[in-house]
Amino acid sequence: MADWIRWHDIDAFLAMGGYGLYVWGAYGLAAAALGLEGWLAHRRAQRAWRATRLPARRAADA
Amino acid sequence: MRFTTFAAPSRFHRISGFVLPWLWAAAALCATAGLAVGLLHAPTDAQQGDAYRIIFIHVPAAWMSMVLYLALAGWAAVGWVWGVRLASMLARALAPTGLACTALALVTGAFWGKPTWGTWWVWDARLTSELILLLLYGGYLALVESIDDPRRADRAGALLAVVGAINVPIIYFSVRWWNTLHQGASITLGRAPSMADSMLLGMGLMTLAFWAWAFAIVFVRLRAIVLERERDTAWVRALGAGEAAAHRVAAMRGATA
Repeated sequence: MADWIRWHDIDAFLAMGGYGLYVWGAYGLAAAALGLEGWLAHRRAQRAWRATRLPARRAADA
Repeated sequence: MRFTTFAAPSRFHRISGFVLPWLWAAAALCATAGLAVGLLHAPTDAQQGDAYRIIFIHVPAAWMSMVLYLALAGWAAVGWVWGVRLASMLARALAPTGLACTALALVTGAFWGKPTWGTWWVWDARLTSELILLLLYGGYLALVESIDDPRRADRAGALLAVVGAINVPIIYFSVRWWNTLHQGASITLGRAPSMADSMLLGMGLMTLAFWAWAFAIVFVRLRAIVLERERDTAWVRALGAGEAAAHRVAAMRGATA
């Protein structure tokens, strides 16, 4: 496993040969964008489910 | 079984519910493996150093931005020409994910361009046509959201999407047709890839992850759109009644526990 990983230590891995800011910046923004996209879709799905249940709940309460 | 068998929103809703957990699992698995290969195992590039590792998100995002637009235009056209409701809903569900992938391709490209080209942005044919794709996605979403009647909104959106599809081959072939700062394609049909096997493996896995993620997120959004638009149909009412009953039972169990 140690041979499979090309990095000798964590500092070298984080530094990315001097390009750490660009590489991790790009990956960080990608994670944020994908996370936001997932959260927005999930929120819309939750709202749709709530609206779907509403008529039955109103009927049960009446 | 007819062609339209799976075009019924109720059937899609049921089937997608079974498929979704597998898509999320596939996306997580492929992303973990792809990031491990790309960030830990793949060698440093001789010319670009480790800055090239942005490729593992930039290229899959750029590919997805084009594929999703073609899918959007195709399904919007199917909905427009044949009046298939689910096709128009699918086109709408694809747009935000396509927009996110296009924005991601542009931003990660800028992060890659700065250390390799010395600039965040250049009005190069590839970058400019990808920016036009972002505007097309944004324009489509703005258009369909601005029209109250869903059928009219779908038709107007379909027209814009179909006309805008001409931009996709322009993006793809821009590096061949014009002298661009953006590098040419590293992977083309009929020619051996000009990159190391482990780089190729990492990119392949990340591409699979993006595909699975895009399918999953589009399915989540499409299921919501289906429920919103079919609210007054018998199957959605029955579904809502079943869900409400299940919630009541769960709440009663919680109260007695």
